Amino acid sequence: MATAAAEPRERGALTPRPYRVAVREQETVDTWTVALEPVAGPAPEIAPGQFMMVYVFGVGEVPISVSGGPLVLTVRSVGAVSRAICAAEPDAVLFARGPYGNAWPVADAAGGDVVVVAGGIGLAPLRPVVLRVLAERGGYGNAYLLYGARTPGDLLYRAELEAWGEAIDVAVTVDAPSNGWHGHVGVVPQLVGSAEFDAERTSAFVCGPEIMIRYAADALLRRGVAGERISLSLERHMDCGVGLCGHCQLGPTLICRDGPVYSYAEAGPWLEVQEL
Amino acid sequence: MPRSLVELLGDVPFLAGLAADRLDLLAGCASNVHFDAGAHLFREGDEAAVFYVIRHGEVAVETFVPARGAVTIETIGPGEVLGWSWLFAPYRWHFDARALSPVRATGFDGTCLRGKCESDPALGYELMGRFAQVLIERLQWTRLRLLDVYGDGSR
Repeated sequence: MATAAAEPRERGALTPRPYRVAVREQETVDTWTVALEPVAGPAPEIAPGQFMMVYVFGVGEVPISVSGGPLVLTVRSVGAVSRAICAAEPDAVLFARGPYGNAWPVADAAGGDVVVVAGGIGLAPLRPVVLRVLAERGGYGNAYLLYGARTPGDLLYRAELEAWGEAIDVAVTVDAPSNGWHGHVGVVPQLVGSAEFDAERTSAFVCGPEIMIRYAADALLRRGVAGERISLSLERHMDCGVGLCGHCQLGPTLICRDGPVYSYAEAGPWLEVQEL
Repeated sequence: MPRSLVELLGDVPFLAGLAADRLDLLAGCASNVHFDAGAHLFREGDEAAVFYVIRHGEVAVETFVPARGAVTIETIGPGEVLGWSWLFAPYRWHFDARALSPVRATGFDGTCLRGKCESDPALGYELMGRFAQVLIERLQWTRLRLLDVYGDGSR
């Protein structure tokens, strides 16, 4: 008996799409940047700050913040899945679903000063903010990128940092200098003190290790920037990415659904609760 | 028109809110100084008789480690205070300070200031409070660095 051909199944929110690795570049000893292009169809529209759930067949799935368009990911090799993503050669096929999450409120910053504070791999989700400000440079006042890393060898986007410095103020610091490093030494929140901005019309964007976020936000608050205008991106273990599993709960919020970007006025109190 | 030293001091965050007569007193112990890149502002073990407010450029606070050479502990930039050993016995520098770039700073004669603080305890209290704030901030930054926040524990 003949049977009717099965209808193609509709793609759901949890169905990953195949992407081909177009470019893979090593940033540091343990971090790679990969540019992905869809195997078929257009690349998704992704706003600065959103993330993708990236799946490596047979290995697993992790959330990765998008660090550039149309789909650029900067990944630190710290576990089985991120190791597999970092090892994916050009033309290898990875899978991704999304984008998920909310966006940095970059448009709200227009007309005022902008301070981007990034620590370590936290520069990756902030790179789209920097690129947006650079693309619309005349639309913003003073613009700073304050970036800290553990050592000079851990700095991301080194060539770009130099180029960005021609249009915005880029200050880089490291915790532990190596021989030959002639730049700033110290933690990144320290740099907030020497940035020149009008606190009342300044928007700040902060991403990095959570304790660094707290110190950076504190430095910004002491300079007079309102907590509502300090945006930060938070991270917790995520499995579904769409608010179903609850693994990324932080107090009253699910980071994948309501975040990852929050104002410090909202999220600051949660960060002071231990074990939350 | 060049700005007077008192006007310059009024813009220094470390001295923000200080009354005009206090700024006048401090200016009496202050002078503007310049260091070429690579020059030492002070050397470990030397008598500490000055502190600086950096106006332009970067200064590395360093110490010499055998087999490693000069190691930078931290850098001090515009608007920041460099040096507190002038305030505490034995009045000796614990580290080197070297200009990483051409540096313009305001230098304060520590012996002159200590004399003024002793004859005017209110000024001494005011200055001590401000230096305590600098010390606390540097201590907090140092603690944050000790946490090695960027590491995953494997390196």
